[in-house]
Amino acid sequence: MPNSEAIRELVAACVGQVGAPVTALRKIVESHGHIEDEHVRIVADVFNLSLADVRGIVSFYADFRTSPRGRRHIRICQAEACQSVGSRALTKEVTEALGLEPGETSEDLAVSLESVYCLGLCASGPCAMVNERVIVHATGKELLT
Amino acid sequence: MSRAEAKRTLVPNETLANALGANDLARELQARGHEVVRTGGYGLAWLEPMLVIDGEAFGPVQNLDALDAVALGPLAELPEIARQQRIVFDRCGLIDPMEYDPSWLLEQLEREPREIIGEIKASGLRGRGGAGFPAHIKWQTVHDTPAPQKYIVVNADEGDSGTFADRLIMEGDPFRLIEGMVISGHATGADKGIVYLRSEYPLAAEIFANAIDKAGTLGLLERFDIELFIGAGAYICGEETSLLESLEGKRGEIRAKPPVPAVAGLFGQPTLVHNVITLCSVPGILDMGGKAYAEIGVGASTGSSTFQLAGNIKRGGLYELPFGVTMRELIEDWGGGTRTGRPFGAVQVGGPLGAYLFERDLDTPLSYEDMAALGAGIGHGGLVVFDDTVDLVQQAHYAFAFCAHESCGKCTPCRIGSVRGKEAVAALASGEYTEDRLEVIDELCDLMEQTSLCQMGGMTPIPVRSALGEALPRKGEWKQG
Repeated sequence: MPNSEAIRELVAACVGQVGAPVTALRKIVESHGHIEDEHVRIVADVFNLSLADVRGIVSFYADFRTSPRGRRHIRICQAEACQSVGSRALTKEVTEALGLEPGETSEDLAVSLESVYCLGLCASGPCAMVNERVIVHATGKELLT
Repeated sequence: MSRAEAKRTLVPNETLANALGANDLARELQARGHEVVRTGGYGLAWLEPMLVIDGEAFGPVQNLDALDAVALGPLAELPEIARQQRIVFDRCGLIDPMEYDPSWLLEQLEREPREIIGEIKASGLRGRGGAGFPAHIKWQTVHDTPAPQKYIVVNADEGDSGTFADRLIMEGDPFRLIEGMVISGHATGADKGIVYLRSEYPLAAEIFANAIDKAGTLGLLERFDIELFIGAGAYICGEETSLLESLEGKRGEIRAKPPVPAVAGLFGQPTLVHNVITLCSVPGILDMGGKAYAEIGVGASTGSSTFQLAGNIKRGGLYELPFGVTMRELIEDWGGGTRTGRPFGAVQVGGPLGAYLFERDLDTPLSYEDMAALGAGIGHGGLVVFDDTVDLVQQAHYAFAFCAHESCGKCTPCRIGSVRGKEAVAALASGEYTEDRLEVIDELCDLMEQTSLCQMGGMTPIPVRSALGEALPRKGEWKQG
């Protein structure tokens, strides 16, 4: 797990790029999994922004999670093209089996469930992702095992 | 296909094909001694993963030892591709995206900016992202506005459900977009281009980043710099001013217009903001001439559109066709009807802010004007098909819920109206309906349409009203529950 110095380096490397604070936060999520208070302070410091500014950015974008995701991170598309081929029933099946609602993570961090709005595979739904793996024509069985 | 190419085996390196096993097939073919070329996808979703071996197409391929069962014949004669009019996508699927001969593009840069803008004007090209605004007016405005720095910003924040054209072209022919960017930069006097790509498209990001590097080595970026910016999961950032705020590293809260971005956009400088497909249409226009391009399509809807057929559809995918094709032709002839085999129920055209349309509407030609006459739009060209089990009250509820989820929060009608609308439709669906509730929804829709700062709040009433209007035919008689 990267320490504060590593995070600071990651953030500092974005200085000068277009949209740097957003890119820096994205890189933190990519390397660390989520954004912690300490990281918010680092980003504020490096870009000379207020903590409120950075917290505002973090809360705006769906990708900027502030708590760890589960080891098995399941994302199910909730957009219309997937709705038309059963994503609502699929989501119900998965939420019932896991005892988790979208946006929740199991206490032991084994699994987390999240909604996603469109993966751009809209002729092959319902679509989902398990960690970084894209699944089309998704079934509950495939997402859960 | 030439003889030299025919010895090669084309395997798509495209997100959908890869999800269906294309990477494994490529490895196995290599092990069997094939000369594997990773191309883009053709956009024919039901045939993926599709291989082309010695010019013969096969798909969907599950087992390399049972190819005969999925033989499609010569690629060049495959009707699903041959019957299209592929202008933007002419190379996509046929080429290795990193093989690029820059001579055509370099020739274009010898042309006068005025001449190029003239061709764009003659072509009648309109924005493919949804608004349909004439492209040449933006180009001319950026060109004519004096400034120390001008930008080309590409909107690749393709968040509309039912759309994947931006992803397909960026994965399969990234140089098509680079061509459009470099040419528009030359014509408008901008020397910096930025692509705003959504984070849900990691393969497109990887391929496009490689293409930028390659363009550099080919000497294409000496007078024009390209940067790739990855978003962070916000639908609203597809709205151009929200996108610009995001590119400035801030919350993607929209800006009031005017000033329009062509006058004061990124960092307050003149900025040409275009959707991916708009810019990718430019090379074809310059190649055939603006006048010839304007002869394709119908009326003021000129050229080709990259229609994307999605949802509950048998043969979904991308079909590049002239404007004017009817929804029925697309859904029935090209798409083969619903995937479930049940009767057609509804089609939502143009993403989450698009209208739900029904059987009686299907003979309408897909043109900006004909769709506007229906109270609908084309949006980014996506059609999401539902069978007859569609619950339209639920879809109206989703339209409000999506707006509540994705609203940037800047203006009250969108931020609060969407939440109140969601509650009202939920009450309608659960049977706690009173006639007052319908009036509340109707008034709320008026208010959102008339007073929202951008189209998120301003267009959410379109799917709400078109869905509820069909589910509950006459206003005073909307049934309970």
